[in-house]
Amino acid sequence: MTRTGFRHGVHPREEKGLTSGLPIRRMPFPDEIVLPLRQHAGNPAKLCVRTGDHVERGDPVGLADGWVSVPVHASAAGTVTDIGWWPHPDGSMAMSVRIAVDRYAPQVARPRRVPRWEGLSTDAVVRAVQDAGVVGLGGAAFPTHVKLAPPPGVTVHTLIINGAECEPYLTSDHRTMAEYPARVLFGIRVMMHAMRVNKCVVGVERNKPDAIAALRQALPSDLDIAILPLTVKYPQGAEKMLIQAVTGIEVPSGKLPVSVGVVVQNVGSVAAIGEVFETGLPLIERIVTVSGHGLRRPANLIVPVGTKLRDLLAFCDGVTADAAEVILGGPMMGQAQANLDAPVLKGTTGVVVLERHETRLDKVYPCIHCGRCLEACPVFLNPSLLGDFARVARWDDMAEQHLADCMLCGSCAYVCPSNIPLAQMFQAGKLALRRARAGTP
Amino acid sequence: MSPPLAPKLIVTASPHVRSQDSTPVIMWNVVGALVPVIAAAAWFFGVSALLVIATATLGALLTERAIGRGGTVADGSAMITGLLLGLSLPAGLPLWMAFLGGAFGIGFGKLVWGGLGQNVFNPALVGRAFLQAAFPVAITTWPVPGGGFWSLKGDLFAFPFTHPSPDAITSATPLGLLKFEGKGTELMHLVFGDTGGSLGETAALVILAGGIFLAIKRYLNWRIPAGILITVALFSAVIHLIDPRRPDALFMLFSGGLMLGAVYMATDLVTSPVTNRGRWLFAVGIGLLVVVIRIWGGLPEGVMYAILFMNALVPFINRATQPRVFGTGGRVAA
Repeated sequence: MTRTGFRHGVHPREEKGLTSGLPIRRMPFPDEIVLPLRQHAGNPAKLCVRTGDHVERGDPVGLADGWVSVPVHASAAGTVTDIGWWPHPDGSMAMSVRIAVDRYAPQVARPRRVPRWEGLSTDAVVRAVQDAGVVGLGGAAFPTHVKLAPPPGVTVHTLIINGAECEPYLTSDHRTMAEYPARVLFGIRVMMHAMRVNKCVVGVERNKPDAIAALRQALPSDLDIAILPLTVKYPQGAEKMLIQAVTGIEVPSGKLPVSVGVVVQNVGSVAAIGEVFETGLPLIERIVTVSGHGLRRPANLIVPVGTKLRDLLAFCDGVTADAAEVILGGPMMGQAQANLDAPVLKGTTGVVVLERHETRLDKVYPCIHCGRCLEACPVFLNPSLLGDFARVARWDDMAEQHLADCMLCGSCAYVCPSNIPLAQMFQAGKLALRRARAGTP
Repeated sequence: MSPPLAPKLIVTASPHVRSQDSTPVIMWNVVGALVPVIAAAAWFFGVSALLVIATATLGALLTERAIGRGGTVADGSAMITGLLLGLSLPAGLPLWMAFLGGAFGIGFGKLVWGGLGQNVFNPALVGRAFLQAAFPVAITTWPVPGGGFWSLKGDLFAFPFTHPSPDAITSATPLGLLKFEGKGTELMHLVFGDTGGSLGETAALVILAGGIFLAIKRYLNWRIPAGILITVALFSAVIHLIDPRRPDALFMLFSGGLMLGAVYMATDLVTSPVTNRGRWLFAVGIGLLVVVIRIWGGLPEGVMYAILFMNALVPFINRATQPRVFGTGGRVAA
């Protein structure tokens, strides 16, 4: 095994050519934005506006509720028309703030103090990042500031920036690195300063040569930052796979990356931090890849957080006649949408529209024990056996077969010739075990 | 702005895309790879070969249709079972026996276990083992190849439960010749297949070509045939070295049903291990058993029993060769 890859994994069709060459454009403000208070891992934000309030662009509508939580900010100036339950992209309903956008507002944020990072202590940088509502932009939306402040007694020697972007179709990280290398590297500088880390490696899959070149061109001479081209393979961007590709170390089962002295941040989050310390603006917009053969005009767009999928797709000239499935995120781990009123969140990397023939088949065949899933699983589980257990609800046996190590990357279900929804079954297993442990039926 | 999307959305769990291969695609590719083997059988044994293979397949398909859960004939696996069974039978076998073998293989080799994916033993070999036990004479009556395409071998159309008339010209298989009469067979005849034997086991080269095709397409795992053939070659070479009266490695490789068994039967996905380490173990076990049965056993040929025996061990092999979970060993954190 090389130092730039990991074992197993799969090679889905990349389909990145649809958007990889398209420069990032800004999407106009929609008529209405909807901001769920739950957009990140951890506690949802605490509501801090009332119906009828006027908000400027960048004003908070929800405040951080505790340490593992971040505020939510208005992404456009307007009037709060309603606060209530609204379709969330995860399929549930979430308490959300609806804002009617001012048609004629200049949409310039209130003048704000740009934090000067040079003199700041770690605590102050962490607080500034939390106040700006920055979360992991790779999809999981874990609050970024938490990772900036490792628990006491743990030393972090390497900061790894995740620019792998291994999901098919998605090119938002790719375009960010290619078009805003200086901002990415500035964000890295702030993070290295805040975490007192001297070494940083940016891992980028080899299929993005222009991004690698742009970053290398912009490398500062006074910092130890390496740009590492990585094997093109899914799930190269999974935290544990990336750490192995960069350092050769396997993060021990059940442990966090800090246990091996490494912290991983998504390249989009780093750019967001760069932006916080450049302009003072909180995280109110993000770069979204809107793509797929079911979409008329694929694009890489700067989208205000809270833009409804309906408006986003309409801006891309709508979908083709055969469009059948709208996925938030990439097709491997993303979430199929049932309601296009659901908004773009901070963690929304892309929106992919698949045509009918590209979606999964309806028919599921019995497991023929071909073993392909074992050769696909990047954490070396036995999905075939786990699937047998899941079918008969033997959750405890699944736990014994290391279900906890499963990242739900979907590689097993991708290769399964019998079309067995293994990832879905494993998610069910994880949920059942969590409920059993919590004592709820 | 007009509404951008038709109202009907598909909502499935991730991953939303999948690779192109499906279980029926794999199965029908195996069927396709068997076509040249069937053609070779027809070349050597004439229309009798096609009749035996077709009847065995018909028995398998009709049984699958009759007791299998709906629509399972289309997945192609019963077709494979029937074809493989047919290819493992002698050319002159009464057709009603071939039909019965196909029906028994699918019924008791597969469906009673719960259908596709659930069976422990290779269904084609279960069918053949049944025939071997039920009709020991008929299934070891080997017509000689050649004699014109339309000449019927043996007593194909014998009525059930009558004694087939043994008037056809028959001969022993190369393994039988060696075992019971102490005679060898020229290697060239073995490689090209113009010897006595089961329909599909004589043309080693054609079988190998089909296996290479399937291995490249990744529809069979190369480790199993490679492991079996290497083990048989090494083990028999050692025995030949110690006792030169024993057959040499090349004879062992190219005689009997070894090629057909190693390439098409031991590699059955359902009844072989799921881990690569397990596949090596499985293959080495089959190779050893084949040589042991052929040299010291009472039967001239041992491929069928070797595979069936190792089939029984597959669940244990799978359990013993579970992969090491990521982050539980290997390089320790720095």
